[in-house]
Amino acid sequence: MATRQKTSLPVRLAAVAGLAAAGLATVALAGGPNDNKLVIDGKEYVTELPAPEGSPLKTLYSGWRFRNESTQAMQLDDFDNPGYPNVDTGEQLWSKVDGEAGKSCASCHNDASESMKGVRAQMPKWNEKAGKPMTLEQTINACRENNLKAKPWDWESGQMLGMTAFIGSKSRGMPVKVQTDGPMKEWLEKGKEIYYTRVGQLDMSCAGCHEANYGKMIRADHLSQGHVNGFPLYRSKWQKLGSMHRRFKGCMQNIRAKPYEVGGDEFVALELYTASRGQGLSVETPAVRN
Amino acid sequence: MKRVLCAATAGLLAVAAITVGASAGPIAPGEVKIDDGKITASLTGQPGSAVKGREWFANRKLGNCLACHSNSDMAKEEQFHGEVAPSLDGVADRWDEAQLRAIVVNAKQALNPDTLMPAFYRDSGYTRPLKDFEGKAILNAEQVEDIVAYLKTLK
Ligand code: HEC
Ligand code: HEC
Ligand code: HEC
Repeated sequence: MATRQKTSLPVRLAAVAGLAAAGLATVALAGGPNDNKLVIDGKEYVTELPAPEGSPLKTLYSGWRFRNESTQAMQLDDFDNPGYPNVDTGEQLWSKVDGEAGKSCASCHNDASESMKGVRAQMPKWNEKAGKPMTLEQTINACRENNLKAKPWDWESGQMLGMTAFIGSKSRGMPVKVQTDGPMKEWLEKGKEIYYTRVGQLDMSCAGCHEANYGKMIRADHLSQGHVNGFPLYRSKWQKLGSMHRRFKGCMQNIRAKPYEVGGDEFVALELYTASRGQGLSVETPAVRN
Repeated sequence: MKRVLCAATAGLLAVAAITVGASAGPIAPGEVKIDDGKITASLTGQPGSAVKGREWFANRKLGNCLACHSNSDMAKEEQFHGEVAPSLDGVADRWDEAQLRAIVVNAKQALNPDTLMPAFYRDSGYTRPLKDFEGKAILNAEQVEDIVAYLKTLK
């Protein structure tokens, strides 16, 4: 009982000394994630869990936990979710015949609720034929070109965002679970290197914001751990849904760094690595952020 | 077209004014030396303006110091202050002018090689800088001096 007081004082002092000496508060003093629960349609989503072994983080938190209550509220009900109409668009496209083969996605994959269940949670997935991991967008475009004999969709087009939102919604509530072993290992390492490399005129890394400083304000923005479990997601800043790579690109441009190519090997590796940092968080597609 | 020409001429005149005003011209980013965490001499050879420095400090495209630091002196007019770096209240009591100049020029050299704080007066050695910023420092010498002058008022 007495020990409690004995330990807490030096701990607090050490924190103050650390602040003064290094200038960096490693403990999230202000803010941090809020305690709200994400429940949609009576189903609770995992927005917090102990980090897996080997993670640099102790606890994983979904980005939703760092948003303010008005943004959070939009995700609690699909009728209020401004990204949800995209899911409906995707559902219509699913069974629409397109391309020279005269087929629709449904011709081969039938009921998406079954065939696409859990697919988003495992993306990017190793593709044996391509000899590399493929993102959801790349997989869809491959099916369009090879199976529908139709033109690929632009990643930020209404059709692609509709389809990725629709397919992603079939994994809602399932834990992110990407493959990290076997041939993925090399890609994971590549993604990790990108994550920790300081880039741009501001000379910062993803980790500098999303690992060292999550929970704190960077001017008007409340920093999250930068997880990817909500993509594609609706951002009020974009006034529409956007892909994960669009977000990566924006984060790089903000630090005045030349972004990698959307769909390029670097961003695919980064997608794999960021997904692996959030293993176990529920898929929230289409999430809502500001 | 005419507007562009006018702007270009105005720019030229401004540059000319600076070079005439300061006898030798500012010390270039590549030539600045940080010794023992200090840069003793003004980069422009002249004292900066604390009033302008206060403006650059808050400006999101220039210092944007408030992205990371809080500063009570701006509590009224600036709603959002960062929390990822120590408050700059009383910073002039902790560091002298030469140290403050070195911190603003290149905190990675002056304070800590792993600090999150960008170097504001360094124009090379970056990885993948956006094209518009290639070969450029975030601030020019005058702006650095203005900010140093402003920091000196934070006692
Ligand atoms: C200067 C700080 C900074 C850096 C560096 C940075 N980001 Fe971000 N990032 C932000 C901010 C601010 C947001 C919006 C608030 C939040 O979710 O953190 C954000 C959001 C994100 C999100 C969306 C999270 C969600 O829940 O929707 C992802 C993913 C992300 N960043 C990935 C990255 C990656 C990958 C890198 C490195 C290439 C990176 N960021 C670099 C500041 C940064
Ligand atoms: C001619 C049949 C055919 C058509 C039409 C087709 N696909 Fe596929 N698709 C396949 C095959 C075969 C695979 C690879 C085998 C597998 O993993 O199921 C596949 C795989 C996929 C996957 C990856 C599934 C996973 O488990 O990783 C997605 C996503 C996908 N298709 C989406 C689509 C979409 C969207 C459309 C419509 C634009 C479409 N497909 C049209 C045959 C087809
Ligand atoms: C991206 C975040 C970031 C930005 C932007 C930033 N700083 Fe810093 N600054 C830091 C951090 C973090 C420290 C703590 C030093 C360390 O990391 O060891 C620091 C330390 C300092 C210190 C020393 C503080 C003390 O009390 O010991 C001064 C002075 C300073 N910064 C001034 C500025 C000025 C002036 C600007 C704008 C021109 C600025 N900073 C912009 C992150 C930042």
